[in-house]
Amino acid sequence: GFTLVNNPSCYTWTDSSHQVMEEDKRWALISEVGGDTGYLEELADVLKRHFHLICLREFLQNPALHGPKVQVLFIWKFLPEAEPSLLRSLPALLLVASGGVGVDHLDVPFINGLGVKVANTPGVVSDSTADHAMALLLASARKILDGEFKGHTTHLPQRLMGVEVTRATLGIVGMGDIGYKIAQRSKGFEMKILYHNRTRRTGAAERATGAEFCRRLDDLLKRSDFVVIAVKLTADTTGLIGRRELSLMKPTATLVNVSRGLVVDQDALVEALRSGRIGAAALDVTHPEPLPRDHPLLGLPNVLITPHMGISTNATATAIVEKMLENGLAAVKGLPVPDEVKLQ
Amino acid sequence: MEDNKPWALISEVGDQGYIEEVTDILEQHFHIICHKDFLQNSLVHGPKIQAILMWNTLPAAKPSLLSLLPSLKVVASGGAGIDHLDVPYIASLGVKVTNTPGVVSDATADIAMGLLLASARRIVEGHLIAVDPNITCLPLKLMGVEVTGSTLGIIGMGHIGYKIAQRGKGFDMKILYHNRNRRSFEDEQAVGASYRENMDDLLKESDFVMMAVNLTPETTDLISHRELSLMKPTATLVNISRGLVVDQDALVKALKSGGICAAALDVTHPEPLPRDHPLLCLPNVLITPHVGTNTIATTRKMVLKMVDNAVAVLNGQVIPNEVKPN
Repeated sequence: GFTLVNNPSCYTWTDSSHQVMEEDKRWALISEVGGDTGYLEELADVLKRHFHLICLREFLQNPALHGPKVQVLFIWKFLPEAEPSLLRSLPALLLVASGGVGVDHLDVPFINGLGVKVANTPGVVSDSTADHAMALLLASARKILDGEFKGHTTHLPQRLMGVEVTRATLGIVGMGDIGYKIAQRSKGFEMKILYHNRTRRTGAAERATGAEFCRRLDDLLKRSDFVVIAVKLTADTTGLIGRRELSLMKPTATLVNVSRGLVVDQDALVEALRSGRIGAAALDVTHPEPLPRDHPLLGLPNVLITPHMGISTNATATAIVEKMLENGLAAVKGLPVPDEVKLQ
Repeated sequence: MEDNKPWALISEVGDQGYIEEVTDILEQHFHIICHKDFLQNSLVHGPKIQAILMWNTLPAAKPSLLSLLPSLKVVASGGAGIDHLDVPYIASLGVKVTNTPGVVSDATADIAMGLLLASARRIVEGHLIAVDPNITCLPLKLMGVEVTGSTLGIIGMGHIGYKIAQRGKGFDMKILYHNRNRRSFEDEQAVGASYRENMDDLLKESDFVMMAVNLTPETTDLISHRELSLMKPTATLVNISRGLVVDQDALVKALKSGGICAAALDVTHPEPLPRDHPLLCLPNVLITPHVGTNTIATTRKMVLKMVDNAVAVLNGQVIPNEVKPN
């Protein structure tokens, strides 16, 4: 059975039928199970195989009691926030294990300074995110959203015309794991692929995808029908796509963003869309998430927004949590953490 | 030159007819009269008309119309499908029939993948939540299904089906196909496609079942109760061929009962569906109003091909895309 503590929406789980395993289990802090931003039951179960879980609400009821037990902080959908006040109440903390590949929400130097490691989950997010980027690109280009509505309305639609995807020019900004997989997918549509990256990819990688390196971002922006942003968010990439960059793009071009909202200057984007300086935008990420309900982006006809669903498949979510678990276990066993985020 | 142009009958420009952006192509080779104007004085206009340039199945090649067109030489249809044409009947009047295969394939394959991905990754639902003034959090259960590495079963591996396979390959999808005729070894290798002689096997193994057949008497209701029951409960049906290929009542039943997971349809029967049709109320159904070829670039290519065919007939030249009665 389970022990019910105070608030019925948050439990500490002990399974009395596995006594031996229980004694070996260490403690980890999570946001919550269920609710708006918590773990699905099945995902929490993955962590519970090897950890006692305490959720934030219960933790905060008695941090002095619970704090010293916690060796791993598991972060899911950016929660719990790894703020100094929380971290300082976890004297035994060994690892902050974040789900997903982005670590822009973590002050890694500060956390390391407390003697705590940080881990993310690279690799496992890439296929799903690349798939989502292509889904956004196609849905925007072929007006699937508009078509869907019109399919359900009472009058026959005006001729709903989209833009051609096959043999269009795709410009990938950020050719890491995710960017590369986007290139692989778009090759099947015979798209002309340009990419811009801090470092050039190997000849083999370029030949495999037919991707052409653009040393200057400006060249990519001028030539592309679809500009896909797949960079990490860093100090260098904040506001990477601003007024100037948007003005270089074709008026028929579409901007697709699956990186982080802050990579794009949102005010400049709104202006560019309203004035027709670019054709459309499809965004899985914004800043903040979610946008305020009266934000201009929500009202524009040529904008498609999904609420950060790039990894929202059962298979990928499970793979992410499995990796978080792996990292957590390594930390508590004193072993090297597989996905430790090391600063340059 | 102006005066020598032959006359052609069209439905209309705008609404369900031609977009403005292609009228230059029509007018380059023909004097155009639209159906409404024609009907105002069919006795005067009728004998002039040598070609019907048919778009979105209009104007319909019914006996009541054709009997008013004694000089008609060709019914040139825009699009690849010919299920809306009684070819033997039209041929019996000594009139040629032409279509526009090939040029529709890329855009249709693109919409097929677009529908597959939009359904799998719940793009429309996601957007509605993202812009809803009353919702500020992503519902926990809004999870999609994985596309990468999943099994795509293509029923109908013609020009369009093959291009869908090419696109699916980029997502590392396992590709199965069923076709009247097996493709060559080289064709199969190029896209990593495995032939399933028995369509039942394809239905049992696929995560996404893609309908890309022509509509013929053999393919009408090709997917009905039995076929849907063979599909995985987690599977999605995507249809970009014709509504009548799928038994819609059976589809509604399978979706409601959880026999299959979802459907994404660019085509229905009729188009559009009646406003109270159950398919319009199901949460796991994505429907687009037959937009498979709806880009200006593809539309222009189709109109060019349609006009080329009509001109070839009138000039007694080799007809690029004649549809012969079997």
